[in-house]
Amino acid sequence: MGSQNVELMAHMMRRVGFGAHQDEIDAMLPKGYEAAVDELVSGPDVVEYLPDDVVMRFHVDMNELRFTTSSAGYWLYRMITTNYPMQEKIALFWHGIFATAYSKLNQARSLLNQIDMFRNFGMGNLRDLLLELSKDPAMILWLDNNANHKGAINENYGRELLELFTMGVGNYTEEDVKECSRAFTGWTLGNAEYMATRAAKDSLWPYGRIAWHFEYRGYDHDDGEKTFLGETGKFNGEDIIDIICKQPATAKFISRHLYDFFVADEPPVPQWPYTPPRDPEAIEVLSKAYFDSGYNIGAMLRTLFNSDFFKNESARFARIKSPIEMVVGAHRFSGNITQPTFDIGDAAEQCLFMNQGPMQPPSVEGWHEGMEWIDSGTLVERVNFASKELSDIHHPGARSIIERLATINGGILSPSSLVNNCLELLGTVNATDDTKATLTTFAEQFGDVDLRNHKPGDDSEKTVGNIMRLIASTKEYQLC
Amino acid sequence: MSTNGKDASLVVVQLAGGNDYLNTIVPYENGHYYDNRKNVNIDQSDVLKLNDEVGLHPTMTAIKSLWDQGKVAIINGIGYPNPNRSHFRSMDIWHTAEPDKIGTEGWLGRVLRQMDPQKENVLTGVNFGRGLPRALGCKDVSVASVGDLASYGLFPDLEDEALRKYALDAFSKMYGGAEGRDAVSSMLGETGASVLKGADLLRSSVGKYSSDIEYASSSIAQSLKSAAQVMSADLGTRIYYTQQGSYDTHAGQLDVHANLWSDLSAAVGDFMDDVDSQGYADDTVMFLFTEFGRRIKDNGSGTDHGSGGAAFIIGNKVKGGMYGEYPSLKEEDQLEGDLFFNNDFRGTYSTLLEQWLGYEAAPIVNGNFEQFNFIKN
Repeated sequence: MGSQNVELMAHMMRRVGFGAHQDEIDAMLPKGYEAAVDELVSGPDVVEYLPDDVVMRFHVDMNELRFTTSSAGYWLYRMITTNYPMQEKIALFWHGIFATAYSKLNQARSLLNQIDMFRNFGMGNLRDLLLELSKDPAMILWLDNNANHKGAINENYGRELLELFTMGVGNYTEEDVKECSRAFTGWTLGNAEYMATRAAKDSLWPYGRIAWHFEYRGYDHDDGEKTFLGETGKFNGEDIIDIICKQPATAKFISRHLYDFFVADEPPVPQWPYTPPRDPEAIEVLSKAYFDSGYNIGAMLRTLFNSDFFKNESARFARIKSPIEMVVGAHRFSGNITQPTFDIGDAAEQCLFMNQGPMQPPSVEGWHEGMEWIDSGTLVERVNFASKELSDIHHPGARSIIERLATINGGILSPSSLVNNCLELLGTVNATDDTKATLTTFAEQFGDVDLRNHKPGDDSEKTVGNIMRLIASTKEYQLC
Repeated sequence: MSTNGKDASLVVVQLAGGNDYLNTIVPYENGHYYDNRKNVNIDQSDVLKLNDEVGLHPTMTAIKSLWDQGKVAIINGIGYPNPNRSHFRSMDIWHTAEPDKIGTEGWLGRVLRQMDPQKENVLTGVNFGRGLPRALGCKDVSVASVGDLASYGLFPDLEDEALRKYALDAFSKMYGGAEGRDAVSSMLGETGASVLKGADLLRSSVGKYSSDIEYASSSIAQSLKSAAQVMSADLGTRIYYTQQGSYDTHAGQLDVHANLWSDLSAAVGDFMDDVDSQGYADDTVMFLFTEFGRRIKDNGSGTDHGSGGAAFIIGNKVKGGMYGEYPSLKEEDQLEGDLFFNNDFRGTYSTLLEQWLGYEAAPIVNGNFEQFNFIKN
């Protein structure tokens, strides 16, 4: 088992999920890379998480799950504790593209239902996913499809379905937007009028306290002939989705999003029509997988993780961690969150301070990612959060690192050995020589660390904590 | 357009949660007020009378004193068309100046981008509080969000000062120095360096500041004190932002609302005195706003979300007085039980932008809106 294999496995586990402990990587290595990909994408036989009825006993907020902090916390809790990270990762992927925000809905429960839909359909057939999305109550309200009526269309959903969700600008006409919107007339919510009245009048819960549901109203559906992307017929929403799915533009658009999220940062989406992809061949490979598999996202992911453009060294640490990846990764590593206590709300707040509040994207365009995650305000939050979280030597993750360090060289480590081993155990193997040198100079103030008879919280352990703190503050730790 | 110098600064206080207009600028001679507010009202004899019709909430003595000096402009009936009674959406609208679609850039963020297009000063805008309000968010603009000024910066949880200094030195070496190996690394390095610079400057302002003003311990007083500290350090900051709340008084309003205004009014009074004694009174204007007013009829012990509200503009260079019209409380004039707005908030923004800060308003607030004349020439 060479270190090459370890690094590749670690790379894949950062992208399939939120990073992995050395123990988890070690357990995967004997299976071989392809089998590991298959296992992590397919997921465990039983997806383990605390059932909602138990979660709801923790505190009032968890029972409500209507507020942003508690519901964002609930999702983070799932991400932090799940044994199927890929499922949460794909939900986060679609949440970034089909970006729906609490600000307009005032009902986080409906957003959690949408996230759950991403879990269930996010790695299946794109057609099924788009169909679910078009019927998703949070989406219907978010993009005003409840105001899209026969004879009086509202183009909001019809436009974004084409522009932001599937094909991107330049691949359809304004006429296509109108025809697409006509096809989705009558796709609304049960109680739409009642909720509209409520929203106009009041107040704390303008759309009510009960979960919403989809309703198709034939009488409000425009059943006339439509011409959409060159095809003509009495199209309903399903037909529109069929036509969208067979477009090469859709294949390319989804492929580029997958590349951006799982391989390497692309420029912001609004620049896509003008800036070619970082790796056009990779987009071709993924597009081919899209058509070969009959629009299957899971098949595209398997192709992606097994391709050279992913396995290549140039794809490693080629993404800036999103705030959610940063927070979930650090908590999964430290292992301090096992139950949906109030700590979960703090984790949600941390994401918000770093400008990525779950279920609070700034607009339907989603977050601007990559380099735009970093500014002088967010960098302070990122560094302070990660350095505090990882330096706490009482957390299970740090304890397992200390136990491993204590077995190296009889438990006595020189400053440079301590730094190098901590970098490796934290997976920050991308540290430059300059960074290593600075960390080592920092470590030298503590001299050799002697972990032979270490006790929780003693000086030798504190030294390890201090090194971890500094590693969490490096430039390299910002990447994944 | 600009009648004021490049030193003009704006101090924004967001009253989060929806401040009750009717109990802030109380229409104490209006029978409809007492008819609708059976329980949640301010007694006529308690209000601080501003004229024959309206008076301030009794706790607002400091602001009343500023009013008497002609330094307070009250914008009555401020709002926007088709009011949205969701806190989040309504606050978004105020932050992005976009009532009709979901905006992506904060109005103050746009101002900051014009003030410092080359990003030379990381402290042009400073927010006091954690997390960035959307009003300040904008591409290519970075704003320092300061929770606690004295401990602001990296590794605030490291109590051992010597160790913290070592850690900061290491951070400085890792982020500064040689150019990064690629664009991302360089960008991280530059940002890290500006973080350190901004943090050092901000923390140093605490040591340089001295004042006879004793601020109260309330969080809004401490936030405004921090703003005064930063101001006194001459760091080139022009937008100060902070918030207080929650004004979301669905229940138990009388006590909660009185406490909030007692804190806020005293803090504003102390801040203006402080700014005056530091010599910045002619360069400073305060702007107090909230996302919406509250329902005309009370609900027994509180009030629900409404529309139409009031904003305050305070400073030496402000022409004190009433602006906008006090909306009618008559039933036939109401908007679904709420006050009708009569002036668009973007008119007030435009006035502040053009007449005070000296920037063309239309591109920032997305259109042309009628301005007031509450800034002295």
